[in-house]
Amino acid sequence: MRLTDYEKAMLAGEMGEPRRLALEHQIKVGRFFDAAAMVEISQVHIMADTEALGEAGVAFLERIAAYPESERRTAVPAVTDPRGADFNAYKRLKQQEEWIGQEARVIAAFQSLGVLMTDTCINYQTVVPPVLGEHVAFGDTGSSIYTNSVLGARTNFEGGPSALAAALTGRTPRYGFHLDECRRGSVLYQLETRPQDWADWGAAGGIVGRGMDAYWTVPVIAGVAGAPTSDELKHFGAALASFGSTPLFHMVGVTPEAASLADVFDGPPPEPIRITRADVEAFYDSYGVADDRLDVVVFAAPQLSLFELQRLGRLLDGRQVHGGTTLIAATSPEIKNAADRMGITAQIEDAGGLLLEGVCFYQMHAREIGDANGWRRLMSNSAKIVNILGGYGYEPVLATMERCVDCAVAGRIVR
Amino acid sequence: MTGRVYKCHAGIGPKVTGPALVAADNFSARYDLDRIEGTFSRPSHRLFGESYLGRVLVLNVAKGGVATAWMLYEMAARGKAPLALVLNYANPIMAQGAAHADFPLVDRFGCDITQAIRSGETVTVDPPAGLVTVHG
Repeated sequence: MRLTDYEKAMLAGEMGEPRRLALEHQIKVGRFFDAAAMVEISQVHIMADTEALGEAGVAFLERIAAYPESERRTAVPAVTDPRGADFNAYKRLKQQEEWIGQEARVIAAFQSLGVLMTDTCINYQTVVPPVLGEHVAFGDTGSSIYTNSVLGARTNFEGGPSALAAALTGRTPRYGFHLDECRRGSVLYQLETRPQDWADWGAAGGIVGRGMDAYWTVPVIAGVAGAPTSDELKHFGAALASFGSTPLFHMVGVTPEAASLADVFDGPPPEPIRITRADVEAFYDSYGVADDRLDVVVFAAPQLSLFELQRLGRLLDGRQVHGGTTLIAATSPEIKNAADRMGITAQIEDAGGLLLEGVCFYQMHAREIGDANGWRRLMSNSAKIVNILGGYGYEPVLATMERCVDCAVAGRIVR
Repeated sequence: MTGRVYKCHAGIGPKVTGPALVAADNFSARYDLDRIEGTFSRPSHRLFGESYLGRVLVLNVAKGGVATAWMLYEMAARGKAPLALVLNYANPIMAQGAAHADFPLVDRFGCDITQAIRSGETVTVDPPAGLVTVHG
């Protein structure tokens, strides 16, 4: 890789050991993908929940945080993805004290580095959204795909170690979706049904994601008349990224790099793969279950926006969640604070629901809390979460927010 | 060294030798594994219930989210990582996780590597050289 004089000095250790280690890590990754050089980035989003970190990862962060301040401080603004525990709710969720101690250690280490504890996967809605053409280093597949696709900024999936490295060096290897040539369309989908609900948009994203054959495949979606909302594109992108490990889509006439098919395909576009209402229904049916048992209803992954929380609050207002079913929603600390002020939290919690802040359900040791609470049958309006939790021992069911709430109140899966 | 030799892109991590565990399925540490037990835990995965400990995993492409970037390091620290990962196509998350953990990872062959190697065959994965050798 070609390094600037500044980067050579960093690699020689002139800016401290943490930055030297970080750049060394980035060079390994860059060489793996034949990156010719680094690219400077403006902000970083770091995923580092303690379930993923484990004790080894927590200790690694503490070692970096122990260096002198001038060596350990982030070079560009860096924000955090959801944490693994809400300190106000962990006992009710039967999370283990060991994890809570790890969370506190991680927070202390990040604060020592100057990382901003936003604890959110919807930083693109709630913190500082990047702009068209801006190079960033974002972790969390949902924040990456929204940032690449809807905002037109540029990032690869930056897992925790690489996002931390980018925060320390202020750059990342220039490969993949930082490059014009990797942002061209690969396959074409024709959406022949208008998704009617956030869960529908997630199902559509899941259908496309199931068809992706590699990280580098860029789907182009045609047939969307009228701009979807931010929350609709959030669910579409999060599911597409989860099922497909896909960091970029173009939606013709909607996303900024795809005013027309000609903008994203060189030559004639490929024959489209059609998505019909029947395909969406079949996607829901793929999470069908044999009986009506219901243990837990989850609204998360991605964390809920203020608008989603308002809808959830209205659906629950004046009703009561069944005693045999737990209802959980998760949002960022900033949106939780807004929901508190605006009476939305009270609507949810007066109905017996639990509104968590700064966490996401699948990043909270979901397997262990499922065992501790007797949760197996799970219902959600998030296609992303039903995809993930199948591997955690749950029997997930996908449904609209309205149906999820109706079922939570009934205490069983109702049609 | 004798055996079938497959050329790939230069990888990350040290050279290792061990028995292969092969499927045409994809791979994510968070989505597919019980990392405490060291087994595949996603019911729809072809390797469901199989132990991956001490095995060279040979799979199709990297899938899922970003957690694997931390998890390979954590799994290796507890002795619960596979021996190596051989993929048709990795993604940045696998490469970042391998770089952080100094874990053997290779990809990009001239063939479908999941069809070229059978479970139980002894393979040597040489990331610096970009070679996978099957000893039978």
